[in-house]
Amino acid sequence: MAFRRGKNKTESYFDYSLLFIILFLVGFGLVMIYSASSYNATVEMDDAMYFLIHQGGAAAVGIGAMVVVSWIPYHFWERFAVLGYIVSIILILLVLTPLGREVNGARRWLNIGISVQPAEIAKLAMILFLASMICKIGRKVRSTKGFCVILGMAGVVCVLVWKITDNMSSAIIIFGIAFLMLFVASPDYKRFVTVGLAGVAGAVAVVYLISQASTTEGMNFRGVRILAWLDPEKYADDTGFQTLQGLYAIGSGGIFGKGLGQSIQKLGYLPEEQNDMIFAVICEELGLFGAIAVILIFLLMMWRFMVIANNAPDLFGALLVVGVMGHIAIQVILNIAVVTNTIPNTGISLPFISYGGTSVMFLLIEMGLVMSVARRIRLKDV
Amino acid sequence: MEKSKTYHRKKIVTVFLACLLLFVVLTVRVTYLMVFESEHYTQLATELHQRERKIKAKRGRILDATGTVLADNRTVCTVSVIHSQIKEPERVIAVLCKELGLSEETVRKRVEKVSAIEKVKSNVDKQVGDAIRAYKLDGVKVDEDFKRFYPYGELASKVLGFTGADNQGILALESYYEEYLRGEPGTILEMTDARGVELVEAGEDRIEPVNGDDLVISMDVNIQQYATQLARQVMKAKEAQSVSILVMRPDNGEILAMVDVPEYNLNDPFTLSDAMLETYREQETKGDGENKEIPATDREAIPEEKKQELLNRMWRNACINDTYEPGSAFKIITASAALEEGVVTEEDTFSCPGFIVVDDRKIRCAKVQGHGSQNFVQGTMNSCNPVFITVGQRLGVDRYCDYFEQFGLKKKTGIDLPGEAGTIMHKREDMGPVELATVSFGQSFQITPIQLAATVSSLINGGHRITPHFGVKTVNGAGEDTHVFTPKKKGDILSEDTSRRLREILFQVVENGGGKNGRVEGYRVGGKTATSETLPRGTGKYISSFLGFAPADDPKVLALCIIRVPKGIYYGGQIAAPVVRQLFENILPYLL
Repeated sequence: MAFRRGKNKTESYFDYSLLFIILFLVGFGLVMIYSASSYNATVEMDDAMYFLIHQGGAAAVGIGAMVVVSWIPYHFWERFAVLGYIVSIILILLVLTPLGREVNGARRWLNIGISVQPAEIAKLAMILFLASMICKIGRKVRSTKGFCVILGMAGVVCVLVWKITDNMSSAIIIFGIAFLMLFVASPDYKRFVTVGLAGVAGAVAVVYLISQASTTEGMNFRGVRILAWLDPEKYADDTGFQTLQGLYAIGSGGIFGKGLGQSIQKLGYLPEEQNDMIFAVICEELGLFGAIAVILIFLLMMWRFMVIANNAPDLFGALLVVGVMGHIAIQVILNIAVVTNTIPNTGISLPFISYGGTSVMFLLIEMGLVMSVARRIRLKDV
Repeated sequence: MEKSKTYHRKKIVTVFLACLLLFVVLTVRVTYLMVFESEHYTQLATELHQRERKIKAKRGRILDATGTVLADNRTVCTVSVIHSQIKEPERVIAVLCKELGLSEETVRKRVEKVSAIEKVKSNVDKQVGDAIRAYKLDGVKVDEDFKRFYPYGELASKVLGFTGADNQGILALESYYEEYLRGEPGTILEMTDARGVELVEAGEDRIEPVNGDDLVISMDVNIQQYATQLARQVMKAKEAQSVSILVMRPDNGEILAMVDVPEYNLNDPFTLSDAMLETYREQETKGDGENKEIPATDREAIPEEKKQELLNRMWRNACINDTYEPGSAFKIITASAALEEGVVTEEDTFSCPGFIVVDDRKIRCAKVQGHGSQNFVQGTMNSCNPVFITVGQRLGVDRYCDYFEQFGLKKKTGIDLPGEAGTIMHKREDMGPVELATVSFGQSFQITPIQLAATVSSLINGGHRITPHFGVKTVNGAGEDTHVFTPKKKGDILSEDTSRRLREILFQVVENGGGKNGRVEGYRVGGKTATSETLPRGTGKYISSFLGFAPADDPKVLALCIIRVPKGIYYGGQIAAPVVRQLFENILPYLL
């Protein structure tokens, strides 16, 4: 087993490509956060470095944690899988207590000395829990019952995240992670294609119904967001504002961009410019080349994840990597899709690049896990 | 623990390929937005980021026929402070107090007010603006601007008009020729952040303004000045309400001078003139006993509504905006119609017993004892009412009205000044013998002075209806003509022969008749006097006028002088004719 093989130092493997990609993304993210946020930080905090310093601190802690985690054999964490699952549910429920903190009208944060988002913890916990559960139930995962049980356990957390922290994006991500891990673990295709098609059909139906509605009265904000997605210029003053400002930034970047630091949209026009909309600033400043380069870097990362997962010494390790891969892939795809108005607006950050301390820290811990899995790869298998 | 199997690997590859597919889709989407939609969004973004600042165009000047500038531009400055850029507020306050001559309290209020930009003072002299600029104070902005300036102050105020706060023409020529004088404002497009702060490093786009064209008018400043002087003299001497003098070329309708005293100061058009203040005081004194004591200097004491009414009166040009009963001068029109129609000849004899009975009304002649026996020429020289009533009766209502219309008296003259008043005349069907009789000698209807001058001009110039006008051409900054105004030709209204006979009769009026005070040594002057009582009758208020032209055989200049409500002698032949004589004595050598 992995444990035994790990002791054999001469065969140890280290994925330097992945490490480089991670460090590049974190560094690039800090540069872009400084570029995107310095104007607003100056206006509001009188400190251009405010967001850079906060993110830099979280990234430093995260990199430290990543190194530590990468040294610890990943099976060490298996025993905390159930505990992690329960703790993440408790943390989500804690948001309802006075410990919960409201930012921008959404109650998503917990104030425990530092400010953390339980949803971010839940994502990591879910990856660990599902990898462990799938391995435990073994072949039963192939049955409909096993499929439903696993999806159900993920579903509980999804519903809690959605309903309690009113964070549909994170719920979708957690569900997506579970779906992908199950997909890899099970030899079946039909079931997944069915669920996938049903999901797509449902989404199309909802969009169609909403687009046919004559008035926006009685419609909740998500319905209006769908209308704003279909025609952002019509809702330019409210719901479509952020999307449209993002499109202005992307469109005005052109092929080569205005140059690093030259964005005008970031000067108070574009909301969330260092968070969810940071990709628009990248497009405006670095142009189409910068945008494609960022997408390529993420694709490279996916490729490394695939290689590591395919060569993982066991299913648990492979599933951990698939979970992380799913997590990052879903966030990147959804973020860029939202910013380019390919799908309706929902708040999803761009991994490693968007501002968010909890997010970058937990992402780096996940990277540690992946590297830990990579370390156990037998070189002759690669 | 289950081992990783082949199908796991396949599925992991599937997941990766799915990611790859979605990444490609997104790349295509991004490429589409950044290449094909780029122009659209760049334009929208630029519209959002750019702020437009207008650069005023220099307004075209107004020049007289000799090239003298009547309306000019002066550079003035607007001093503003930008709160966020001020570094030394106390020094700024001190400097602005000193240079602008404002109280510290006023300046402090502006400087300390938290706003994007605050105007401290506008219409500041350029020297003062330059002096403030020389201090190089942060946050103090000195913008240059143009302000209309009229070098002659009151001269031709009612003809030139003035401009408003945005340099737009408000009255008279300034308003009528606005589109030529205005020019096209330029713009400065500067980039700003969302709070409206200018991005210096982003630079600015400039669209230069196009200056307005200069307007050249037919007025001659020398004639205008002399006519103004004469009008003021006679107004003072006769303690008249107002005096108008019109000088024009009967052959082409060009106006050489248009005076309507009291005039007002074009450089300060919103302050009531002393004359208006006097009018106000007289009115109030008459109206209400309690308001008798109004301080002479206190213009602020006048209620706003009343002030606006007085300003409108002050700006009114009686030559074109007001109508009056032309009186005996209108006998020129009756004579023209009758001669043209052949109902009278110069030799026809008439007998005037001092009155004439029309219907059952006795209409008296100016000479109560009567003119006795006289021919038509003598009747005109005597300005005998019974003669013209008889002539009018020979024409009859229909023919009289036909000529009234043919001569262009029903329509406006089409002068290039706004607000021309129309003719007030009986309807053809309402005209009985009494109306016909009174119209024949110039009473019971009203026309504008410009209408009388233009119509008589047309009758004596060989019978060609002219359009009175000032505008000659516009000239651009390079001195090229950009637009030459050609007044509309209105066709012939009288035969050459009748026109010639009319000129001879009117020459006799001045040479030997009632207009002899208009005679000028060495020149053949024609003309007609008029005196009419104002409405309501019986108040002892008269309007005296004289219309003269020279040379009588080939008229090159026509002058009309109207004295409203003179004190003492009020006969046009005695008080208005000498004014025209003096004018002609001075301008005829110069014009002919």
